[in-house]
Amino acid sequence: MSGTLIAEQLLNGLQFGLMLFLIAAGLTLVFGILDILNVAHGSLYMAGAYVAAQTMQVTGSFVAAVLMAAVITGLVGLVLELLLVRKLVVRDHLAQVLGTFAVILIANDVVKMIWGPAPIMMNMPSSLAGPVSLLPDFLYPAYRLLIIAVGLAVALGLYLFVTRTRAGVLVRAGASNRQMATLMGVRVPVLFMGVFVLGAVLAALAGALLGPITAIQAGMGEQILILVLVCIVIGGIGSMRGAFVGALLVGFVDTAGRAFLPTLLKLFFSPAVASSVGPTLAAISIYILMAVVLVFRPAGLFPARG
Amino acid sequence: MTRRSNPSVARSDGTPAAPRWITVWLPLGCLLLLVLFPLIAPLFDLGFYVSFVRRVLIYALAASSLNFILGYGGMVALGHAAFFGAGAYVVAILSAQGYSQAILVWPLAMLVAGVLAFLIGAISLRTRGVYFIMITLAFAQMVFYLFISLRQYGGEDGINLSAPSTLPTLNLSNDTQFYYLVLGIVAASLWLMHCMVNSRFGRALQGIRENETRMQALGYPVLQIKLVAFVFAGALAGLAGALLANHNLFVSPSLMHWTASANLIIMVIVGGIGLRFGGVVGAAVMLLLEEFLRLYTEYWHLPMGVLLLVIVLFAPRGVAGVFLRRTT
Amino acid sequence: MNTRSEISPTLVATQLSKRYGALQACDQVSLSVFPGEIHALIGPNGAGKSTLINVLSGAVAADSGSLLINGHDVTRASEQQRVAAGLSRSYQITNIFQTSSVLDNLLLAVQAQQGTQFSFLRSRARDTALRQAAQDLAHECSIDISLWDLPAGTLPHGEQRKLEFALAWAARPAVLLLDEPMAGMGPDETLRLTQLIESLRGRAAMLLVEHDMQAVFRLADRISVLVYGRVIATGTPEEIRANDAVRQAYLGDEGAQ
Repeated sequence: MSGTLIAEQLLNGLQFGLMLFLIAAGLTLVFGILDILNVAHGSLYMAGAYVAAQTMQVTGSFVAAVLMAAVITGLVGLVLELLLVRKLVVRDHLAQVLGTFAVILIANDVVKMIWGPAPIMMNMPSSLAGPVSLLPDFLYPAYRLLIIAVGLAVALGLYLFVTRTRAGVLVRAGASNRQMATLMGVRVPVLFMGVFVLGAVLAALAGALLGPITAIQAGMGEQILILVLVCIVIGGIGSMRGAFVGALLVGFVDTAGRAFLPTLLKLFFSPAVASSVGPTLAAISIYILMAVVLVFRPAGLFPARG
Repeated sequence: MTRRSNPSVARSDGTPAAPRWITVWLPLGCLLLLVLFPLIAPLFDLGFYVSFVRRVLIYALAASSLNFILGYGGMVALGHAAFFGAGAYVVAILSAQGYSQAILVWPLAMLVAGVLAFLIGAISLRTRGVYFIMITLAFAQMVFYLFISLRQYGGEDGINLSAPSTLPTLNLSNDTQFYYLVLGIVAASLWLMHCMVNSRFGRALQGIRENETRMQALGYPVLQIKLVAFVFAGALAGLAGALLANHNLFVSPSLMHWTASANLIIMVIVGGIGLRFGGVVGAAVMLLLEEFLRLYTEYWHLPMGVLLLVIVLFAPRGVAGVFLRRTT
Repeated sequence: MNTRSEISPTLVATQLSKRYGALQACDQVSLSVFPGEIHALIGPNGAGKSTLINVLSGAVAADSGSLLINGHDVTRASEQQRVAAGLSRSYQITNIFQTSSVLDNLLLAVQAQQGTQFSFLRSRARDTALRQAAQDLAHECSIDISLWDLPAGTLPHGEQRKLEFALAWAARPAVLLLDEPMAGMGPDETLRLTQLIESLRGRAAMLLVEHDMQAVFRLADRISVLVYGRVIATGTPEEIRANDAVRQAYLGDEGAQ
């Protein structure tokens, strides 16, 4: 197990974690401000991936693909907010889960009807298809470096937005006390729409960026949604900082677990045991992490509310 | 002089109690129909559907067990299919190892499902609201991935059972005999749940659903009550899983995918959450709907999703709820 | 009153403190309630009275200090354990079972005290002992039979507050914490609830948080005054009325009633 291998997996973990953060941030904002659990958030991620792939195929331009993904998914989010989310915001969490689950059912069939049930591919932008030499002996895919760069930039941008801008302050005001915010003149319905669309755009961005290195198919939204929920549970519901820490932790543990656990186990156990237990442990490593965190911190690591 | 308060005047959720023909005679009538079904079905060339009704009954049991904790206990558990699938896998794995006596294997399926529910519940039930929903979802998915990684038992593809479980007097390969066994088990389980709902335990559980903080302040052992209910429901779901394994002679991890859990919740909602036969009505409606939609399109999830939206937005008390509102 | 020094208090709170960020909600609060005593807790709004009730009942954990009920240390005990030790509380904002009937509310309260909750098969409708206990409780708290089958949330405010009280009283506790039982009541309703509490005088050690001074001075054996989370005076109603510090801090506007 060489140093470059470890470094490579660490960077992979960082890349994965940052993308998880993009999706988790949107989910957290929507939950924190609208108080709605939107399980269809993963479908917005999926929409971003599909639109990006289609645009890439038609235009060959990666930038166009990402932009279209953001714009179209943003519009979808807008429509969703107007037609459904508004009505679910006043309902209990079960109704919200079921209502947004219905969207998942519809969305999965819609993409299957348009693109078919088989996974589709998205081409990587040719300029970034090759490796970059980070150290004399250490090559790392350029594309993944781009993902890391964008992820960090967005994280920084979100941080500045929430803490420094007036809009961000409004967002936090809306989160802590909706009625008070309304009384103080914040137009809450507009705020809600803005936050929901922002969440959709972030999810679409993650979908577009991960497109070239993921299988784009119906159901991909739910797969990533569960991971994102684990991030949020570990980090603390409603907390952006928690979402960030949780996402990075999940990204690292999942990546490192899959890469190193089977090998690690071989050091201590027989090859037969290692090869049967190894993959299982790797697959459930993040859930074990979640269970451990919950035992000691039932509200997550950085809970937002009390 | 104290007047004996009439229990049928108000139900625990404040709505007026339904008339007796709905609460007593209609269910009994349905039970009679179900008993007669395998005998009269061949006359109408519906013999094929005995197997289908059996499948509905099995899912009715799973959905009813969820209704117990969801409708009566207020626990929005989004991972109930994990216990259902675990029960099914116990039967399949033991069958692969050569053990197929139902008397041994089915209680074991319930035990394993119950223990799993205990472990998950002990951690999750300390949380509430959205947290609880997310955590049960995540744990259920963990069980799903756990079973996928069991390559020696089929992994993602699942495994077949060479033969159904064995019982001393019955032959479960016989469709009709198996049907009556399932009907008997499901009816007995529903009766058991009915008794429990009306017991002290059941009343305390409903009190927790209605006002958990007050129940704590009154001195109830709230966490323990929730956990016992959770384990009980999990064990019943495990039993349903064992029955399904025998019905399909095949199990796969998709039984435990979180969408399977969501489907169970949908059954409860569509049928009528917190209503005595909500799970049964819901299972019947959803499975019939699926069969019906499949005839027309392979993309049947879409109309299903639309229907679910309609129910959530306009008929939150489910099919049974709408029926009740019209008659009371 | 002479024997007070020989009788040990049912409730002894010693130096209880609770801080929320920059706000010291409870500041080294010490007080005691003797068996059968009605001990009123008064103070301006925001003085921390409700927080203190929450700390005493176990809904909120104290940062420091200790609490004894009948000699048992319940400082680290959960709400349920405190109830088992003999404590019960009512809420300032009505916290009943809104959609259940009044009788069901009482049955739930009474059931908590009677044996195991893990009885699974016997129908509660046949549990005559339980029903009798609930009906006795209703009579004791003047909840009229005509209301028993109505959903509790549909009752007029005054009746809801009576039910709120009844839920707390069901435990026949050694210590009863009453958080503004007269909240939101008109003069007639206040008088009736005062008479109800009066009729139960001596049957429990009561800590009564209240704003209504008439009720306080009529019911209280002793009064403690809480200002900014700290007890500034404890004594008989006459002593408190005459206390200058109290007058300045609080009674100045309201003592004239």
